[in-house]
Amino acid sequence: MTGRQVDVLVVGAGPAGLAAASLLATTGARVEVLEREQRPGGVPRHCAHGGFGTWPATLTGPAYAALLADGAARAGAEVRTGVTALDWAGPRTLTTIGPRGTETLAARAVVLATGARERPRAARLVPGTRPAGVCTTGELQQAVHLYGQHIGTRAVIVGAEDVSHAAADTVRAAGAEVVALVTELPRAPVAPVRTLTARLWHRTPVLTGTTVTELLGHGRLSGVRVRHRDGRTATLACDTVVFTGDFVPDHELARRGALTLDPGTRGPAVDGALRTSRPGVFAVGSVLHAVESAATAAREGAHAATAVRAWLTRDADPADGNWPAGVPLVAEPPLLRITPNRVTPADRLPYLLRTAFPLTRPVLDVTQDGRPLHRERFPLTRAVPHRALTLTARWTHRVDPGGGPVHVTVSRPV
Amino acid sequence: MTVTASGTLPVEPYDVAVVGAGVVGCAVARGLAHHPGLRVALVEAQDDVGQGTSKANTAILHTGFDAVPGSLEARLVREGARELAAYAAESGIPVERVGALLVAWDEEQLAALPRLAEKAARNECHDTRLLGPADLYAREPHLGPGALGALHVPGESIICPWTTTLAYAVQAVRGGVDLHLNAPVTHAGHADGVHRLDTPRGPLHARRLVNAAGLHADTLDRALGHHDFTVTPRRGQLVVHDRFARALVRHILLPVPTALGKGVLVAPTVYGNVLLGPTAEDLDDKRATGSTAEGLSRLRAQGRRILPALLEEEVTAVYAGLRAATEHDDYRIAAHPDQGYVTAGGIRSTGLTASLAIAGHAIGLLAGTGLDLGPRRPLAPVRMPNLGEAFPRPHQQPERVAADPEYGILVCHCERVSRGEIRDALAGPVPPRSLDGLRRRTRARAGRCQGFYCGAAVRALFEEAQR
Repeated sequence: MTGRQVDVLVVGAGPAGLAAASLLATTGARVEVLEREQRPGGVPRHCAHGGFGTWPATLTGPAYAALLADGAARAGAEVRTGVTALDWAGPRTLTTIGPRGTETLAARAVVLATGARERPRAARLVPGTRPAGVCTTGELQQAVHLYGQHIGTRAVIVGAEDVSHAAADTVRAAGAEVVALVTELPRAPVAPVRTLTARLWHRTPVLTGTTVTELLGHGRLSGVRVRHRDGRTATLACDTVVFTGDFVPDHELARRGALTLDPGTRGPAVDGALRTSRPGVFAVGSVLHAVESAATAAREGAHAATAVRAWLTRDADPADGNWPAGVPLVAEPPLLRITPNRVTPADRLPYLLRTAFPLTRPVLDVTQDGRPLHRERFPLTRAVPHRALTLTARWTHRVDPGGGPVHVTVSRPV
Repeated sequence: MTVTASGTLPVEPYDVAVVGAGVVGCAVARGLAHHPGLRVALVEAQDDVGQGTSKANTAILHTGFDAVPGSLEARLVREGARELAAYAAESGIPVERVGALLVAWDEEQLAALPRLAEKAARNECHDTRLLGPADLYAREPHLGPGALGALHVPGESIICPWTTTLAYAVQAVRGGVDLHLNAPVTHAGHADGVHRLDTPRGPLHARRLVNAAGLHADTLDRALGHHDFTVTPRRGQLVVHDRFARALVRHILLPVPTALGKGVLVAPTVYGNVLLGPTAEDLDDKRATGSTAEGLSRLRAQGRRILPALLEEEVTAVYAGLRAATEHDDYRIAAHPDQGYVTAGGIRSTGLTASLAIAGHAIGLLAGTGLDLGPRRPLAPVRMPNLGEAFPRPHQQPERVAADPEYGILVCHCERVSRGEIRDALAGPVPPRSLDGLRRRTRARAGRCQGFYCGAAVRALFEEAQR
């Protein structure tokens, strides 16, 4: 086992990690990015659809992944693929494994950019047999776009959000038929035009209010049993079922390091500078909020770079002081989560919120210990579950760093 | 070494045919491989060894403390446990002697504990100990509130069932046994001192027959004119929880059997997960290996009482196995010397533990039918790849990674399976013929992401090896 020291260790070479690495390397820091996959880029590597990067010059996922990876390398960051960060060996020290063996890497700052994944069938407790032909969008896209594997002939897609439609497109690209998109929700959580396009252009049924109750088949999947909320049941014959969406942060390293997790996101809790509970450890991208767009992740990577730089150039303080704890920031129902989820008076990063159900012209109130800090109106907005609602950070200077948690609540429009 | 999965079966009669390559059939075949004078066939309906009950159980190496004293099962479990523990140590099969706690949740269960301790003593399990609530919660701080006490059975262990069955099969095949997969026996008959087994791959002839057909042992038994037992498949649904749950539990937490039936257990696995289950549902359908919504919700309700924090962790897998229960309280192991036939039926939930002793017993009965076993030789020891968390995996051994960098390239990230381990499994003497078979040999795709990250990459490696 060998030991080395770098300035910044970034775990995960997706959009967030690569964006942070690029900016930090530009300023002359010794930056190393650990990527356990064989190629850098994260999830965009296998998203064949467009829409990545900056409008109007948008790119496909793989092109965007390559652009980010090239950018980081050109800036001077060392992107090491095929290397897994296994565990912590100290507050900012990680053990890794790769083809060259085990290594202990100590860093002055660590940036966790470990991303998110979809919850598979078992985690969703869908009963039935365990046949072949059951996968997630992540596996499906890699099988089709990275490996050119055969995926069956008839696929049912569980979910009806954007990623579900991306999965349906992948199924069609592989030459197979999409039997239906199925969602428990009463309305598809997506822009109506998307559902309409599926129904009219692709002639794919989008079944709302419908639950997958059982997987059937021995050896290979033969069908899925579904139940509509009105009690009707049916069996959809298929040899493939794709469980889409329902993303969760890949928080293994954060948990192994005993970082404080946010109960709303299940990712590491961070303040507006994307600082976790441990001095010198930052977190960016989908591990914070499973999931927002690649652009959001990259923006957070860039934002964190500033805070990492400040931490690297701080007056040497052996006691790790100067690491503001912040106070918890809690989104109250029907809001599901907020990121960042801790707040210090100096924070400037806007907050991303998700709501459980649509809110027309919402008004958000921010309070601490009963004291109003801020009221924000969204007079032209209908907040929907499948898109983030952004709350400004113009109010953070009013936060009492010694006070209680800050609450964000939805008020009736006035 | 002969493993076949397609084509016509050999014409020349075997000395012994073992039907069923589950843990019992593989153990019998391995036992027979000690006798180089015998030509032995191991005939399996599915495309891999251990594909039935042997792959879907609670993965516990029992002491036999709660067996019916004096029964055949009690003796074979006791002997088998000792033999398997020694064999596992020698072969690299992961075993952890975590011990069991029979937790009493009400006065009736508490009152039953001393009787269970006496029963354990009659089963030669003398080191059990009654624990009060303070001791119990000191040992299991995450246990749900309201437990009154427990019986501690230190010898109960957890084991890897997949590696065990595979180790037997590998030794059998290396020792000269012919393993024929994809050969379900559709009809069996005995004439002129020779058994004829019809399969879709043609007939197979053998002078002696061992029935280790598990769930289908009664069908084969009837084909040979016996009506000793009927197998009623008893379904056990099990829920595997994420490895983050492993820190919540130290022992196997067993229910106290009462008049109201058996409850469910919570047990760590050697892979570092935590099991919750099983249900016990008597069914007619021998293919009903599906989980059900009712089964899962009942398990989770019981799990919430036993270990509330367990329910906070993600579920990694759900599976259901069928135990070969019969109308009898004991194994149905019998010899029919006139037919040169031995049945090993009714091996319920203790088959894994007792497998080596069942094999010894069955081979003894086979010799009693007049079979000359010939000289006995020791088998070359087998060293299995370690799938257990308590022992070093290849990527954790710097010298192995230095010698072969493939052990440093992790493909399955959740379970930390290297490309080297997948390569080895694909090149093994009894190679996998499906991704599930590869999973049972390596743990690849068995983790919390269930293939989100690695599924396509693992499949690519598998398909490359099939070419």
